[in-house]
Amino acid sequence: MEFYRSHVLVCGGTPCVLEGCKGVRDALIAEVKRRGLDREVKVVETGCLGPCDLGPVIVVYPEGTLYQKVRVSDVPEIVEQHLLKGRVVTRLVGEAPQAGVVKYEEPTYLGVQERIVLRNCGVIDPESIEEYIARDGYRALAKCLTEMKPADVIEAVKKSGLVGRGGAAFPTGLKWSFTAKADADQKYILCNADEGEPGTFKDRLILEGDPHSILEGMAIAGYAVGADKGFIYVRGEYVLSIERLGKAIEQAKALGLLGSNIFGSGFSFDVEIRKGAGAYVCGEETGLIESIEGKRGEPRIKPPYPGTEGLYGKPTVVNNVETIANIPPILLNGPDWFRKFGTERCPGTKVFTLTGDINNKGLIEVPMGITLRRVIYEIGGGIPGGREFKMAQTGGTSGGCLPKELLDVPMDYFTLPEHGSALGSGALLIMDASHCIVDIAECFMRFFEHESCGKCTPCREGTARLHEIVAKIARGEGKPGDLELLDELGSVMQVSSLCGLGQAAPVPIKTMLKYFRDEFEAHINDRLCPTGTCGI
Amino acid sequence: METAAKSASICPAKVSEILAKYSRRPDALVSILHDVQKEAGYLSEEAITEIASGLDIPVSKVYGVATFYTLFSTKPKGQYVIRVCENAPCHVLGAKAIVEALEKELGIPMGGTTSDGKFTLEYTSCLGVCGVAPAIMINEAVYGNLTPERVPLILKEYK
Amino acid sequence: MAMVTIDGRKVEVDAGTTILNAAKKLGIDIPTLCHHPDLAVQAVCRICVVEIEGQKLLQPACAFPVQDGMVVYTNTPRVRQARKVNLELLLARHPQDCLQCVRNRSCELQALAERFGMREIRFEHKLRGLPEDHSTPAIVREPDKCILCRRCVSMCHDVQAAGVLFPSRRGADTVVTPVFGRGLDEVACALCGQCIHACPVGAISERDDTERVWQALADPNKHVVVQTAPATRVSIGEEMGLPPGQIITGKLVAALRRLGFDKVMDTDFTADLTIIEEGNEFLKRLKEGGVLPMITSCSPGWIKFGEHFYPDLLKHISTCKSPQQMFGALVKTYYARKAGIDPKDIFSVSLMPCTAKKYEADRPEMCDSGYKDVDVVLTSRELGRMLREAGIRFEDLPEEEHDDPMGISTGAAAIFGATGGVMEAALRTVYEVATGSELPKIDFEEVRGLKGIKEAQVKVGDLDVRVAVAHGLGNAKKILDLLREGKANYHFIEIMCCPGGCVGGGGQPIPTTMEIRGIRGNALYEADRGLPYRKSHENPAIKQIYAEFLGEPLGEVSHHLLHTHYTPRQKYPSVAKAVCGEAAG
Repeated sequence: MEFYRSHVLVCGGTPCVLEGCKGVRDALIAEVKRRGLDREVKVVETGCLGPCDLGPVIVVYPEGTLYQKVRVSDVPEIVEQHLLKGRVVTRLVGEAPQAGVVKYEEPTYLGVQERIVLRNCGVIDPESIEEYIARDGYRALAKCLTEMKPADVIEAVKKSGLVGRGGAAFPTGLKWSFTAKADADQKYILCNADEGEPGTFKDRLILEGDPHSILEGMAIAGYAVGADKGFIYVRGEYVLSIERLGKAIEQAKALGLLGSNIFGSGFSFDVEIRKGAGAYVCGEETGLIESIEGKRGEPRIKPPYPGTEGLYGKPTVVNNVETIANIPPILLNGPDWFRKFGTERCPGTKVFTLTGDINNKGLIEVPMGITLRRVIYEIGGGIPGGREFKMAQTGGTSGGCLPKELLDVPMDYFTLPEHGSALGSGALLIMDASHCIVDIAECFMRFFEHESCGKCTPCREGTARLHEIVAKIARGEGKPGDLELLDELGSVMQVSSLCGLGQAAPVPIKTMLKYFRDEFEAHINDRLCPTGTCGI
Repeated sequence: METAAKSASICPAKVSEILAKYSRRPDALVSILHDVQKEAGYLSEEAITEIASGLDIPVSKVYGVATFYTLFSTKPKGQYVIRVCENAPCHVLGAKAIVEALEKELGIPMGGTTSDGKFTLEYTSCLGVCGVAPAIMINEAVYGNLTPERVPLILKEYK
Repeated sequence: MAMVTIDGRKVEVDAGTTILNAAKKLGIDIPTLCHHPDLAVQAVCRICVVEIEGQKLLQPACAFPVQDGMVVYTNTPRVRQARKVNLELLLARHPQDCLQCVRNRSCELQALAERFGMREIRFEHKLRGLPEDHSTPAIVREPDKCILCRRCVSMCHDVQAAGVLFPSRRGADTVVTPVFGRGLDEVACALCGQCIHACPVGAISERDDTERVWQALADPNKHVVVQTAPATRVSIGEEMGLPPGQIITGKLVAALRRLGFDKVMDTDFTADLTIIEEGNEFLKRLKEGGVLPMITSCSPGWIKFGEHFYPDLLKHISTCKSPQQMFGALVKTYYARKAGIDPKDIFSVSLMPCTAKKYEADRPEMCDSGYKDVDVVLTSRELGRMLREAGIRFEDLPEEEHDDPMGISTGAAAIFGATGGVMEAALRTVYEVATGSELPKIDFEEVRGLKGIKEAQVKVGDLDVRVAVAHGLGNAKKILDLLREGKANYHFIEIMCCPGGCVGGGGQPIPTTMEIRGIRGNALYEADRGLPYRKSHENPAIKQIYAEFLGEPLGEVSHHLLHTHYTPRQKYPSVAKAVCGEAAG
C-alpha cells in the first residue's frame, strides 16, 4: 500500500453535497496536484461526518482538524497553509465549544459518542470496497461462513441483545430464528431503508457512508436463516444512497463477496435494490413487502408475520438499515463486546439525528440510555440564542413529546414508552419556547393524514379527524369537548388500527395533551395562544 | 444540473422497451412506473394502459398503484417540480416562510403549475435532510438551510 | 384442535379457526362490516375487534386465528368503545340519507348503527363529494356512500376476474373506482352486478326502472306483457319475507296480474326454445365441422365479458339470443299477430335476476321485431319494491298459471337458472334429437352443484361429447384461457356469469351468498322434478310455435328473430395517444 503523510476527508453526505462539497473535493484534488503534493496527500470523499448543518465539512488527518463551511475559494489557502506549511486555517474551524483547533474524533466536539454503526462513516471512501476491507470489512462474513454454523450466528445475535432499530425494538436474533425454523424452498432478507420518519436521516447517511456494511450484514443474516436473496428497499428520494449501494453491490460481486459460493463455503447470496416511490407507510414491513411485489403499499393483516410468510409468501426477515449495520461488528467482536455498550436491557448504541432548535444539528451515535439533556447540551451544543427548551419529540413524528421535566429520562426502547413516547427511529426534534404547541400538533397531524394508506377505518378516518380537530383549535374554532374527543379517538386508533402507522399517529398528540394541555385549553377557551406565535 | 423532466407523453414502443427490461414481471410495477415517469415526466392514461396490457394485469390495478405513491403523477407537471417539505423539523425552522416566498416568487399556490409549464409547486414528506432544514427538492436536487431571501436566487438558476 | 375461552366460556375448534367463527360456535355474534362469508378477509373496518388476554392491541375477530389456550373477550368497555368510535368515523363520512336510500333496511351499516344505538356523531359530517355514476343502463354507483370495505374489489377481481373496481389514491382520499375515475360505460365491465351483492351499503345498486313500468301499467293504450325468468320463481319470495328456496311460481304470476300486467308469460318458454335452437346449432357444428367447442350464450354478463376480454373467441359463442331477447322478439311478432295487437302498443317487460339484462335489452341489435324487443328489464329487487308498494302480500295470493301462448314450459327450462342447468337441458334434447332414442337417465348430476368448473362426458350415438360448465367469470376465465391456448378439449361449454348461475344474479334479493345461491338452485331442480314435461323438445307450445310461425329450427325466421351476433369491444378505455414520431423512438 502506498503511504500518504496526510489524508483529507471530504464529507460526501447529502447535506454536504447540497452545499457544494463535490466542487471542494475537485478543487482540493486539483490544488494538491498543482502543488505537487499528490504523492503525499490523498483526498478522499467519505460518508457523513456528522455536523450536517456546517457543510461542506472536511477533516485533515493525521491532525484530525475539522474545517467547516469550506468553499472552493478556501481551498488554495487550506493547501498552502495546512498541507504545505502545517498551519491550521483557524478562520474555518468555526466557533467550537472549545476554542482552538477542533479535532474531529475528540469528545470535546461531538461529545460522548461511541461509533459502532457509524464506525466507517466519514472514515473511509464509501465507494471503495478496498477501504472497507482494510477496516475489517467482510471479515465477519468470512468468520460466519467458515467458522460458524447458522445456528451459532443466530445464537450470537440473540446473546448480543440487539433489538430492531427501526422503531419496533423486536429482538433481532429471535426474529431471525423464526425464519430459520420455517421450512421453505426460498427465503428472503429485506433491508428496510424506506426511511420516512420526519427528522430521521440516519439510514440515508449510513447507506451513503458505509454501504458495504449493509451488504455484509445482509449476507450474514442470509446465512443465518437460509436465504440466498436480499432486497434493499430504499426511498426513491435517496438518490445518492441508491447510487452508492449500486456501486457497492457491483464491487462485492466482482470480488466474490456476493454471488454464488462465497468464500468457497457453498453459501450464495445476491442483493437487489428496490426504489420506493413516496409512501411513508412502506416503512411498515408488510407495506414494504407489498410495494416490492408491485402493489399499493398497504400493510397486510398479521398474522401471518413476514418471518414465516413474507415476500412472495416466503419466509422473510425484514431489518432496518441500522440494525443490519450492527451485525458485522457483533459477529466479529462477539456478543459480550456489544453488551458493554448501552444498558442491560438495551445493549449497544443508538444513532440519533438532531434537528430543530439546536446548535449542532446532525448525526450522532451514542450509547443506549443516554439522557436527553446530555444529547442536547453536551453534544448538541444547546439551543440557539440560549433560548429556553420547551419540548423534544423523540422517535420522529410518530413519537411522543417530552417536556423539560423529562430531560433526564434515559433514552432507550423500554424507558421512553413508560412516558408515553418512543425511541423509534432515533429522530430528536428539539423545540424552544417560542413554538406554539397547537401549531406543532397541527403539523404532526397533517403528516399522518397525508401518509395514511387508507386501508383501515381508524387510521384513514382517524388521522383526518385528528388533523381536522387540531386545525380548528389552531384557527380559534375549537370547542369544549374537543380535547376529550382527541383523547378518545387517539386511544381507539392506538388499539384498533391495522398497522403501526395508525397505532402511532396519536402518540404525539396524546403526549402533548398530557404535558401541555393548558396551552390547548387557552386556544379553545380564551381563543389565544400563550406563546403568541401561532397567529390565532 | 440533472436532466429536466420532459412534459411530453411517452410512446408505446418506449413503454414496451421498459417492460422488456423487467421481463414483463408484474411485481416490477413500481420500478416500471419509475422508469416510465422518468421518461415522460408523468404517467399518462395511455402509458398506464400500455403497462397494464404489457404486464397482463388489470389496468385498474396499475392506476391504483400509480395514484398511491406521491412520487408518481398521473397529470403533467412543470418542467421543474419543486417539492417543499413541511414536516415538523422543517416546520419548526420556518418552512412556512419558504412556502410563502415560493408562492410569491412563482405567482402560484402550492399544488399549482406556472402558466409557462416551467414550475410545479407541491408539498412532500420529509426529504431526510433535516440537518439542513428547511429544505426543498427541485427535481432531483436538494436545497437546504433555506431562507426566504435565498428562494429567488435558487429559482434564478432554473428560469 | 384448540381450546379457547371466549367471554368466559370454553369452546374447542380447529387450530387456525378465526375468533369470529369460534365465537359463532358459542352463539356469540360478533358484529362485522367488511367481512363477507364468500370473499377474501379484509379486516379493514375494525368493527369486529376483540380483546385477547396478554395483548395490548385489539385484534379483528374476522381474521385473527385462535390458538390453544387463548382467552378472548368480545364485549369489554375497550372493545365497545373501539367499535363505536370506528362506526362513528364511518357514519361521519356517510350521507346518512337512509330514508331515501335503496338499501334502507338491507344496509349493514344502518343495522350496525341500530345495533350499537348510535345517537350522536361527534365528528363533523363531511361527505367526499364524489360524482355519481349513472353511465350504464344497469348499475348505479354512489361513491359517497362507499365505506371502503373493499368487498366489491374482492368480488370484481378475485371472483369475477373483471378487475374493474379498485382503490385509487390513498388515505382519506381513497376511492374505489373504475380506472381513471371513468364511468362504468367506458371500462370493461360485464355489468354482472355482483358488486351489489358484495356492497354492505347503497354505494352500488341497480338502475331503478320501476317508474317506467308503473307508467306503462297506468297507460290504457299500452298492452303490458311481462316475462318471468327461471331464477326469479325461487327468489322473489325473499323479497316478500319468505326464506330462500321457496318455489313461488304460481303466486308470482298472480302477483304480477294484480299489479296490472295484461299478460304474464314465461321466459321459461323461450328457454325451451333456446334449447331447440342451440341444440340444433350444436349438432350442426358437430356435423359440418363448425367452430367447437360451442359456448352457451344466454348470460349477457358473460357475453359482454367475452366481447371485452376474448374478442378472438366470439365465434365459439352460440349465435342464439338469450331467452329474454327471444321472448322480446317473439312477443312483438308471433304474440302480436296471434293476439291481434299492434306491436307498437305492446310494452314488453322482463323480470330478471340480472343487471346485465338491462344492458342486453338496450343493445341496438335487439330490435328485430321492428321495435325495441324488451322495453324494460326489472330485477327481482325492483319487482319486490313494486309489490311491497302495491301492498300485495304473498300469503293472500292464489297460485295461478302463466298465460298462453308463451306460458308453457318444461323442467329443462326451469333449471336454466342454476349453474349447469342449460347444459343439462341441452343434453336432454341433443341426445334424443341426435339419436332418436329416449335418454336412459334424465338427470345429469355431474354438471350440477357449486363446484367452480364441472366436466362431463356423454355418449351421444358414436360420439363421446365432452362438456364443461363454469359459473362466475373467474372460473370462466380459466376455461377461456385454456381455449385460447388450444387446450380446452371440449365440444360444448356452458358459461354463466354469476356464481351459482342466474339464481345468484346481480339483480337477485339481498343478501345473496354462496349458501343462498345453492338453496335457490336446489329449488329449481325441485321445480324441474315436479313438472309434467322435463325436456324442451317435448314442450307442446314449442311444437306449436314451430308449426305456426318459425318453421324449423335454424330456419329463416329463427335466423332473423332468434339469433344474433357479437361485437368485439375494447379491454381498455379510450385514452389520448401520444404523438409518436422518430424523435420519440
